[in-house]
Amino acid sequence: MDFLTVIQVLDSTVRLATPLLLACLAGLFSERAGIFDIGLEGKMLAAAFFSAAVAAVSGSVWLGLLAGIAASMVLSGLHGLASITFRGNQLISGVAINFLAAGLTVLIAQDWFSQGGRTPSLMGGARFAPITLPFADAVAKVPVIGPIYSELLSGHSVLVYIAFLAVPATWWILFRTRFGLRLRAVGENPAAVDTAGVSVVGLRFAAVAICGVLCGIAGAYLATALQAGFVKDMTAGRGFIALAALIFAKWRPWHALYACLLFGFLQAIALRYQNIDLGGIVIPVQAMDALPYILTVVILAGFVGKAIPPRAGGEPYVKER
Amino acid sequence: MEKMPRWADVVLIPLISLILAAAISAVVILAIGEDPVAAVRLMVDGALGSTYGWGYTLYYATNFMFTGLAVAVAFHARLFNIGGEGQAMLGGLGVALVALYVPWPHWSFALIFAVAGAALFGAVWAAVPAYLQARRGSHIVITTIMFNFIAAAVLNYVLVNLLRPAGSMDPASARFPEAVHLPTLHEMLAPFGIAFSKAAPANVSLLVALLACLLVWLLIWRTRLGYEIRAYGHSETGALYAGISPFKITMIAMIISGALAGMMAINNVMGEAERLVLNATEGAGFIGIAVALMGRSHPFGVFLAAILFGFLYQGGAELALWTSIPRELIVVIQALVILFTGALDNMVRMPLEALFLRLRKRRA
Repeated sequence: MDFLTVIQVLDSTVRLATPLLLACLAGLFSERAGIFDIGLEGKMLAAAFFSAAVAAVSGSVWLGLLAGIAASMVLSGLHGLASITFRGNQLISGVAINFLAAGLTVLIAQDWFSQGGRTPSLMGGARFAPITLPFADAVAKVPVIGPIYSELLSGHSVLVYIAFLAVPATWWILFRTRFGLRLRAVGENPAAVDTAGVSVVGLRFAAVAICGVLCGIAGAYLATALQAGFVKDMTAGRGFIALAALIFAKWRPWHALYACLLFGFLQAIALRYQNIDLGGIVIPVQAMDALPYILTVVILAGFVGKAIPPRAGGEPYVKER
Repeated sequence: MEKMPRWADVVLIPLISLILAAAISAVVILAIGEDPVAAVRLMVDGALGSTYGWGYTLYYATNFMFTGLAVAVAFHARLFNIGGEGQAMLGGLGVALVALYVPWPHWSFALIFAVAGAALFGAVWAAVPAYLQARRGSHIVITTIMFNFIAAAVLNYVLVNLLRPAGSMDPASARFPEAVHLPTLHEMLAPFGIAFSKAAPANVSLLVALLACLLVWLLIWRTRLGYEIRAYGHSETGALYAGISPFKITMIAMIISGALAGMMAINNVMGEAERLVLNATEGAGFIGIAVALMGRSHPFGVFLAAILFGFLYQGGAELALWTSIPRELIVVIQALVILFTGALDNMVRMPLEALFLRLRKRRA
């Protein structure tokens, strides 16, 4: 494997890690506030479709992004309604949202575009164009640093940079602001937050809304930047890999970045090579596919450090009367 | 004191939830420019209007009975087994190994051992998450989701690298021998002079599914173990105080659940496809969640809900064939049923409870 191949694999790692990272941070906000969210997949899927559909019709990818975020927010609102307002089972609500998105996207796509559940291919301004960082062309010829800068760091769409900037932003919001402190508290001990006179319902809805925005960006990235248009079930389990990454990262923003990069790397390898021959031992491609899930199970089981979720996660809050 | 009569809890709430789901589905059909009344008529005609339609409806219903019971048994122990899909996939592997590598003299022997193989593989696939929950404290929902994906990868590997006949490009096992062919409803009913469609895949597995419903009912409401499962599901601390081991109940409930999900494979793998293909389960494991919620985790409710979803599946296929409504409409309906009967249960329940309370006050 020569240097350029390494750079190319890392480059596609960054591309593939981006939707995982956005969805993972989305889940981080929600679960830190005590709302389990296994509907990340569905929200991403809905956002992917509506962003691609609106971008295809209007020709503007920014309108598409807004539509994607809006679609994801609607499903977030539904999740909030079910799990906060009506104190229903958060996991069942997530399952329902995943199916709702899987069904409705194809149904609407078929109705609007009649192309077998996909949107037309996006071209020109309907897609996020790669951004060339300053001096990328100038330093491209410099050995080692040149390719790293011009191939690996430059030439991604704006959403990739947003996703990576969202990591320190998330850390800052959660651990350096009053809102973040309260949000984390509401996931650990909502009764204490309530006693302090802060609205548990309000905080949880805020967390779920942030989750919706981030999932919306993740879905829009899939359909308008990573690929050119929506196809049926295009999230392909990414929402669940993001969930796995969240557990792997033990609900911490910086670790979420590392986990998503790792899982993105696994996807990039699986995409580029079929079976990997390691001096006589052949690793089948299916093992690469399953590795994120296996790692998550191992982490969850506490064999490599213990993953302890927010204490009030999954529990609806009932105000004592 | 009960807030409302039992019949309201058992019949009225699921019914209202179902009506809400149906109403929204009708709005969806209207929104894509089709006529909901005509759509329902087409579905009823396609799914129930002929023995061919019934054959498919019952075939799907058989799948859903197994996966619905699987989710229901776990629900009784307050465990959410979302891994029915993976367990059913592995069950398919168990069935394929039994059918391919043993020369069976008669289908009946093959069926008994196929049931055992399917149940064993499904149970093992559920036992690992159960153990991890009971002993290591990892959340069963997350682990079973992960195990669905791992099952898909395992099955993919086994089919592509091990079970695929030489020279075949298709990631599928060889055809099962003729001797393990399960009698279809057509073959079963012909001796009685009842004409049943030859093309429909409903087969003897339906009877196994009905038997499973009965056995689950006996288990949950007529045995000591069933009582312990329900007690544990009702209150973990209470069960602990009564000397019921949480580890034992978690393991047993999940093993039974996984075995039931795995047993679905005798219907779709052995009864219909007669070989193991990729994605043989077609999401039936997830439909089990909707079926169990709708059936209020009672075997008879599961039976009714499975028939309903069988009808929806076959009717939906007919709709996709004759109108511009894609099959995904069924996925939407399924989502709405899960949403209203599961997640938004309180939305229906709270006003009803208030209503019954007011009625009682007026009477008193």
